[in-house]
This record gives sequence, C-alpha cells and structure tokens, in this order.
Amino acid sequence: MTKKIKNLNLNFGPQHPAAHGVLRLILELDGEVVEKADPHIGLLHRGTEKLIENKTYMQAVPYFDRLDYVAPMNQEHAFALAIEKILNIDVPIRAQFIRVMFCEIGRILSHILNVTTQALDVGALTPSLWGFEERETLMTFYERASGSRLHANYFRAGGVHQDLPAGLETDIAKFCETFPKIINDLENLLTDNRIFKQRNVDIGIVSKEDALDYSFSGVMIRGSGVPWDLRKSQPYDCYDQLEFKIPVGKNGDCYDRYLCRIEEMKESISIIKQCLVKMEKGPIKTFDGKISPPSKKEIKQSMEALIHHFKLFTEGYRVPKDEIYTAVEAPKGEFGVYLISDGSSKPYKCKIRAPGFSHLQSMDYLIKGHMLADVPAVLGSLDIVFGEVDR
Amino acid sequence: MKNLIDLEKKINSELGTKINSTLIKHNQIYVEIDKEDLIEVTLFIKTNKDTKFRQLIDITVVDYPEDTQRFKVVYLFLSHEFNQRIILSYRINENEVISSLTSIFPSANWMEREVFDMYGVNFKDHPDLRRILTDYGFEGHPLRKDFPLTGHTEVRYSEDQKKVINEPVKLEQNYRNFDYESPWEGTKYIKEQTDNNDKKN
Repeated sequence: MTKKIKNLNLNFGPQHPAAHGVLRLILELDGEVVEKADPHIGLLHRGTEKLIENKTYMQAVPYFDRLDYVAPMNQEHAFALAIEKILNIDVPIRAQFIRVMFCEIGRILSHILNVTTQALDVGALTPSLWGFEERETLMTFYERASGSRLHANYFRAGGVHQDLPAGLETDIAKFCETFPKIINDLENLLTDNRIFKQRNVDIGIVSKEDALDYSFSGVMIRGSGVPWDLRKSQPYDCYDQLEFKIPVGKNGDCYDRYLCRIEEMKESISIIKQCLVKMEKGPIKTFDGKISPPSKKEIKQSMEALIHHFKLFTEGYRVPKDEIYTAVEAPKGEFGVYLISDGSSKPYKCKIRAPGFSHLQSMDYLIKGHMLADVPAVLGSLDIVFGEVDR
Repeated sequence: MKNLIDLEKKINSELGTKINSTLIKHNQIYVEIDKEDLIEVTLFIKTNKDTKFRQLIDITVVDYPEDTQRFKVVYLFLSHEFNQRIILSYRINENEVISSLTSIFPSANWMEREVFDMYGVNFKDHPDLRRILTDYGFEGHPLRKDFPLTGHTEVRYSEDQKKVINEPVKLEQNYRNFDYESPWEGTKYIKEQTDNNDKKN
C-alpha cells in the first residue's frame, strides 16, 4: 500500500520572535526537512531612497541611521565618504579618528546583538541579558557625543557634527578595559557549550565559491575563509594608520561565523584604544564655510558666517555633477552608497547597497535539506536587520 | 590586472566593438556598453583570468524622464583578486526588455526583482520576476521620477468592512517643496523667463 504525502507549507513570521524583525518566510516542509524557503520581505519598506532624492544632503543623513538601526553611524559613514569624494574635501584628522572610533563602537553594538540573539534563538537566554547591559553603556557613549542613543545623525560631509564632550574619552577608555572580560564571560557560556555547538556546527555551510556567487560580504564571506575586509583592502579615513587583524573562518558554518564575530569584537576594542591614543585636539570638521556650518560665536560676529548658516540650512550645499560608488565595511558586510549628483543641493539618485539583502536572498540555498529547527539558527547567523534589507 | 589603466586597455582591446566608452574616475572604472552585449561582457569580466570580477555588488537603474532613452541600467562588480571595482551601464527605452544575469550570478535574482519593482524594467529569462519590496497588490513603480513622493494610495483598517483597505491619499497639508535656490545666481524659472524674453527681443 502506498500513501501519498503532501508537503506542508508553513508560514514563519512576520510576527515570529526568531524572525529578527518582520520577515515572512514561506517554508515548504517534507516532514521536518525544509524543501524550499521563500522569504517575503518589504514589510518595513519606507522608501528611503525616494525620500533621500527629495531632501538636501544634510537632511538625508538621518535616514541612514534608520537602515541598520543597531549600528547607525557605520551607514552615515558611507554617505559622508561619498559626498566628500565628490566634493574633494579633506577631513581633519581628529574627525577621522572620532568617526572610526564610533564605527567600531557600532560594530561592537551590532555584534553583541547578533551573537546574543543567535544564542537566544538556539535556547540560551543568559548571554542576551549580559550583552544588552554592555550595549546600553555603548549607547550612552552615542548619546553623549550626538544627543541620541540610536539615531545619532552625527557624521557630516567633512567631519562630525560636534566635538566629544569632556570626559567621554576617559570613559570609553575605561570601557575598553572592562569589556574584554564580558567577551570572555560570553565565550565561557557559548564557545564550548555542548548545546550551542550541536545547534551551530555544520549548519548552514557556505563554500568559498558560493559566498562569491551569492554576493556575500563581511562576516558571511570571512567565515567561509575568504580574507576580505574593506577596512584593509580599500582603507577609508584613518584605517590605514591603525593596526588590527582580520579573523577568518575555516568551515563557513554558523559556528565559524559566531567565532569571527567574537574575534572581531576584540579587534574593535584594540582599534578603539589606538584611536584614543592617537586622537589629538584639533578641528572636527572642515573649515569650508560652504559645506560645514559656522560656530555660534562666529554667527554673532560675522555677517558672512550668518549668510553661510542661513544658506546651509535652507538650500543646503551643492554637489557638482558626478557619479560614485563608495562602500564601507559595516558590521554586517559591505554597505555601499551609489550616489548620482546633478549639481543641485539634493541627490539625483542614491542607491543603497545593503549587505543583508543579498544574505537573506540566499536563505533558500542555505536552508534546503536542513531541519525546521535549524531555520532560526541560520537566520541568526546571517545577521539580518530589516531596516537595511527593506530600506 | 594590477592597475586600472591596464584594465581599461585590456577591456578595450579584448572586447573592442562592444565597449562604447570607458572612463577612470574616483579609483573606479566606468564602462558603457550596448544592451545586447551585457551577457557577453559580464561573462568575460567574470571569467577572464586578468579581470576576475567574481562578485556582483548591485544592480540599479537611474531614471532620466527627459531623455530619449529614459533608463540607465547600472551594474556594479567587484574583483577581490585585483581589488578593483567596475561600473557597467547602458541606456534603454521605457518598455524595453533586458537580459537577466541570474544564470551567471545567482545573486542577481533579488536585485533584478527590486529593479522591476522600483522602475518597472522587465527582465527576460528571469526565474521568478515578482515584486519584492512593495506591498502585495501594489500598483506603480515608486522610484520613477514621475511617481509622487506621497504616493497614490494610503492604507487603513476599515471598521465597517472589517478589513484593511486602500484609499486615494488625502493629506491635510501637501508635501512642501520649497525653492531655496539662490536668487543671486538666478533661479531656474526666472532664468528661463529672461532667456525666452531675450530670444523674443
């Protein structure tokens, strides 16, 4: 006697706690084995690119915070660099160190969130409780520098918005001393944990070739053994003056990606320390009055400064006609901005290349043949944030 | 190729007639081709041992409604081996169908779906050309320049019908787009007026 068995279609999300946001995943199951996965995205689509086309360059910066909202400043960095390259302006060295330092803080923010929620997805609750305490400390650093915990709006073309407040540098240095202990604690909980390893080792393996074909970047490509990091290969700002290592995985499975993230956090701490040592007092944005606003003191004394201020906050600065692609190594991978300017004060086109978009696309390839319970583990190690996938 | 100038020479000599123009700017190489040659050029730069552009970074379209050929399709490639970026582009008309890159780069799948969703450009031989970012049943292509920023419809839950419904957008206040262009440099509309007057006189 033969029995006909129909495959089961399962709707995973968009309100599932392990979907890392608003992902709707349609799974075709044969028993407990996943035959096909079809991610439906766009539930958080806000039309960022369209909005940016209608705003001046300065007004467009906050939209970048809202893409990958766990590491906001890394995105602003890509946009600021794109404008700087077109305008051909130099960024003061102190501003470069501040930007790099906050980008690395962003990297730690993102990696803590990812590592701990990945652990949460496979059943470990404690890491997220410990990790989030540290994230809170880091976000107060964001707040003290920019005024807000998450949506910083801090980077500008030509530097940063304002100088660091007194005492922030020492507090960040203190954090750098205590944080490695927290990483150790997290590692004690997870790295050799039997359950964590059973859930992650040999799950979601990506080969070198496939990592290239599927446009992977960041930890996703390094986990598969491709030593590629834009901070090293195409250094921007002051990364070429800093010393750091690039952790590379071997097997390309979820566990290797977890190890890469842990090691990257340690490297980030070392980068932040170097920045704090090398940072000297000095200007934090370009002096070009046509691009960066004058200080309050100047406005009160000089007519020209007042005019500049008025023009900058109404019309904005103009960017000559050009076309450019700039990418930075965001915590999740290569985050790029393809910017077309037309000589006016608004971008003609601003395409945002989000790493998560191409990572999530490979979900079907990664999960095919795995068990249903592996879906959250793979999804967790992809490091998906819907702000940037949906834009 | 070790540097971009060699790469430019290589591409020009090997692909010859298929290349319309090349330009090196911002440490990247910009190449313009014809629509028909896309597959051939992509295969060449992906497989040739001196180029090895193994990764497709992104596909996008730029809309120029005033031009005769409305859309500019842009492909961004990256070569890890030689640490170089190439920007490939060609122009098409509004209703033209273009070839899909999914057979060469599997990652092109979603990128092309996004282009289709946002600009309404159709792809030939694409395995699964559906909308991706916009809502189910959405109409129009949002990133076209003639699509209004506020959109055409808004969504709300109707208490009477007990379901989510689409309605034409009603705004208490329209989106305000001020003209801040410097009057000293001559705003566009005044310039056009004076130019026209000059012509008449």
